[in-house]
Amino acid sequence: MLTSSIGKKTVMAISGAMLSLFLLAHMVGNTTAFFGREAFNGYAGHIHDLGGILKLLEAGLLFFLLAHAGVALLLYLENMQARPERYAVKKSSGSGLIAQTMPYTGLAILIFLIVHLANFHFTDRTTPPSEMIREVLGRPEFALFYIFSVLAAALHISHGLWSLFQTLGLSHPRYNKLIMTGGIICGIAVGTVFVLIPVLAVIYSGFLL
Amino acid sequence: MSTITLTLKIWRQQDRKTKGRFETYETGPISQDMSFLEMLDVLNEQLTLEGKDPVAFDHDCREGICGMCGSVINGEAHGPEKETTLCQLHMRHFKDNDTLVIEPFRARAFPIIKDLAIDRTPLDRIIQAGGYISVNTGGAPDANAIPIAAERAEAALDAAACIGCGACVAACPNASAMLFVGAKITHLALLPQGLPERSGRPLDMVQEMDSQGFGNCSNIQECEQACPKGISIQNIARLNHEYLRAAFLSEE
Repeated sequence: MLTSSIGKKTVMAISGAMLSLFLLAHMVGNTTAFFGREAFNGYAGHIHDLGGILKLLEAGLLFFLLAHAGVALLLYLENMQARPERYAVKKSSGSGLIAQTMPYTGLAILIFLIVHLANFHFTDRTTPPSEMIREVLGRPEFALFYIFSVLAAALHISHGLWSLFQTLGLSHPRYNKLIMTGGIICGIAVGTVFVLIPVLAVIYSGFLL
Repeated sequence: MSTITLTLKIWRQQDRKTKGRFETYETGPISQDMSFLEMLDVLNEQLTLEGKDPVAFDHDCREGICGMCGSVINGEAHGPEKETTLCQLHMRHFKDNDTLVIEPFRARAFPIIKDLAIDRTPLDRIIQAGGYISVNTGGAPDANAIPIAAERAEAALDAAACIGCGACVAACPNASAMLFVGAKITHLALLPQGLPERSGRPLDMVQEMDSQGFGNCSNIQECEQACPKGISIQNIARLNHEYLRAAFLSEE
């Protein structure tokens, strides 16, 4: 079943839902940064104290990421082949602009993830997290890269959340508007919180001090 | 009666193996009361008199109900009018001296037979795989022998409005046939007559759809905009629902 077109879309939907849940939790956690150094380091400390559970969550996250990216690549290649000869003129209605850029925003997120993990995960972990943020995001080129990547992620999930319901067949005229608006609100929330951190790190020298 | 003249850039292709190219034609005076296909008829008459090969294009009923016609006009399947098949598109929607680029519906699953004529057999194969119900023949049953709620019958008939023209495939950036299959699944799944095959149908039809070389749906919604019958992507959600139900919850 999972090898059929709808099966592959289901894998995308469920793995995407899991990754979105992580992102939302990450976003809520990061809001502690707005309350200063102690709050943020305290939050990070609590997460690290989870120990074995944290390792399990990380493994799950990696699993869903690999499933999401792997099946996405497969779908992308299949869809490319479905129309060997392109149209000379093609007008698009514009309603699917974000949907059509999903492979590219997805790729941007993947590249960001590698940089992000190199910055904060696979690095000297003895420095306090608040210091790491000041070091990395204090540099304007990194801050700018983070801001653009976050905007890509915001676009990606604003379509992804509605798409998830559509793919799982959970669609009803009464709730469709709500689901679509909910996706966009999630996108804006994620975008705002994650953009604020690099922006503050650059323009406010006392951030997390 | 007002007339216009047009510049047409039409895709010409000898057969499915030969490489195609665009040819440019200047039309004579075209009445704005004509349909798009009648305009092509006039062009073909002109080409025949000049001793040239007329443009092959698909058409049959010319009433917007058979699903045979359809080309991509300036990047839009069935042209610029909403919920209108190409045969019902009238030349009054175009202006004098317009340039129109006319291409066939393009998809790996729809090989070009000649010029604008394409082979839509893959859609028929999907129907053969499960787009039917099984009833014993005999005397005609009494009307209203099977009660169906009016809203449900309406929803089923909205889906059954699909004429199988393939504009959804043509408009989809992935050349996916999900709107077509969604409409067919929905119209049978909503009615009691469709229930006996409810579990097998989505599995069989989707398997056939995948094997015909259509792309995968990525919820872009272009199909819904291009559909001459206004079929909603709600039908795709129902197809997904019916498929997952059959795949994971069916007791058969």
